[in-house]
Amino acid sequence: MTDFFQLFFSGLSTGAIYALAALGFTLLWQASGTINFAQGEFVMLPAFMMLAFLTAGFPLMPSFFLACLVSVFILGWAFKRGMVDPLFKYGMMPIVVATIGLSIAMKNGVRVAYSAEAHPFPSLFADKLYTIAGVTVSLSDIGTFVLALALVMVTQAFLAKTVTGRAMQAVAQNTESASVLGIDVPRMIFYTFAINAVLAVAAALLVTPTYLAKFDMGDSLGTKAFFAAIIGGFNNSRGALLGGLIVGVCENLAAAYISPAYKDAVALVIFMVVILFKPQGLLGMKEERKV
Amino acid sequence: MKKLQLAAAALATIALLVAPLFLKNYGIYLLSYWLVFIIATMGLNLTLGYAGQKSLGHAAFFGIGAYTVAILMKAGISFWLGLPAAALLCFVIGLMLGFPALRVQTIYLAFATLGFNTAAWLVMRNEEWLTGGTFGINNIARPELFGWSMGSNLAYYYFVLGMTVILALLLYGLLRSPWGKAFTALRDNPIRAESLGVDVRSYTLLSFAIGAVYAGLAGALFASLVEFIEPAPFTVASSIMMYLMVVVGGAGYFFGPVLGAAAGVILPEWLRFAQGWYLFVFGSAVVLLMIWLPDGLLSIPDRIRAKKLAKQASADRAAAAQAAAQAAMQKGVQA
Repeated sequence: MTDFFQLFFSGLSTGAIYALAALGFTLLWQASGTINFAQGEFVMLPAFMMLAFLTAGFPLMPSFFLACLVSVFILGWAFKRGMVDPLFKYGMMPIVVATIGLSIAMKNGVRVAYSAEAHPFPSLFADKLYTIAGVTVSLSDIGTFVLALALVMVTQAFLAKTVTGRAMQAVAQNTESASVLGIDVPRMIFYTFAINAVLAVAAALLVTPTYLAKFDMGDSLGTKAFFAAIIGGFNNSRGALLGGLIVGVCENLAAAYISPAYKDAVALVIFMVVILFKPQGLLGMKEERKV
Repeated sequence: MKKLQLAAAALATIALLVAPLFLKNYGIYLLSYWLVFIIATMGLNLTLGYAGQKSLGHAAFFGIGAYTVAILMKAGISFWLGLPAAALLCFVIGLMLGFPALRVQTIYLAFATLGFNTAAWLVMRNEEWLTGGTFGINNIARPELFGWSMGSNLAYYYFVLGMTVILALLLYGLLRSPWGKAFTALRDNPIRAESLGVDVRSYTLLSFAIGAVYAGLAGALFASLVEFIEPAPFTVASSIMMYLMVVVGGAGYFFGPVLGAAAGVILPEWLRFAQGWYLFVFGSAVVLLMIWLPDGLLSIPDRIRAKKLAKQASADRAAAAQAAAQAAMQKGVQA
């Protein structure tokens, strides 16, 4: 039983990171109908940015904030202006294909321009273990979980409680009525992209110490984030949290109790079950089919 | 235009027949490699380009075909039985994969097929007793045809070329038949297609199954071509690459896969020494292509024609307006 709890807790911390990436993913989808296939690379690139700032001599936290600034500019503003805006009129699939192209370009760009090796990355938390009632948990697991959860909660509170957040939600639900009500729609959509960029940097900060900074570190993270987002419900931002935690925990348990070789299939099986029985996701609302 | 296309196709076939005489061994191998991917992406072009089903699991069928032939040949069964077996297996699995497509569409379908690909890849990697795991299966023999060995790259190239031409003609026939029209109806407006009496269910399933058969056959030819298979060429990344090949060439254009496979397979293989840079440029090019030419490279002639027509129409309108103005003036003079 202690094994079970141990696996459960470390699964929660992985799941919370999936949730961060998944949350950005659902926010983009809601606000602008963008499915971002480069979401994993959106975590990989900030990891290398922070690494660059660290090698330039900055401490970890200033590097993080600098990376946030650069990311909001590149992964938020430039991504929106350069790719999403011109493609928006063609519908969903051209954006999907373009983000696939972007992900290939980003991965290989980092590989040839920076390095193909895995680079170690400093952890935010001290290397400490706690034993509570026989269950051993590491400080970094607890810290990662708490921080990621806090970020998801803050994002949600921002969306639900502030005027800007509610305006963003209005844009997501009905762009036309929002603009009739005098909401600056392009600005709200840009805020969504900016939030996505910041969440990606935060995910990079938490995940890179264990995954190591490598050009293809985003591969599995991106896929898990998609699956988590769909499992939880694509049109509900609380769904991302639920989906991420479910995937993280189940994966960890399955690796220990069923087969480590098939660990990556867990997200898939849950995803299949969910889309067969509840295609809108566990917390999602049903969308009507339009003729 | 049709005549022009046919002439171009005939010319290309002749070029492909003569080309190996001027190439070294590696060049011939690359050409065969290209043809194999043309067959595979032709199948995806049917599923995605004509029937509009967003499938991101095509490399799984490619792999299933390759492993079927390899495993059967290792068990001492002839290539000529392995090839239809691969096609049949892919047809059945393709039908089964079509079922989620009946429930979910667009991006959900893309993820469902992507998931299927991951599952297939995990089986290839983990079930060592069957697939050899990460070590793969090596020393896959080239087949013999009527006692004539295809061990040399040149002989095998002509065999693959023959297969490509036959499969292309079959696909062309299929697309010109009422089935082809049903597939495009499914893509353009499924609800209208249904209301016009197209059996959406069967055609969705079939578009997957037939596309999968092409991938399976291509996989079988691939296994015998490279003589060694392992799980790496059948990952989700390969499926995504095939999807990009179809889109880059032009989804729903018959010759799209020819161009797409050249950009997605031949160039990176040829520029292997600079693969990272090539992929960087390729990825960026895909982004730019989507912004300027979302229908792919082969939509360029259509676009030029549309522009010409628009110019013609506006010139006609201007001429007509001028004529009308003149007529009115004359009327004014007369009055």
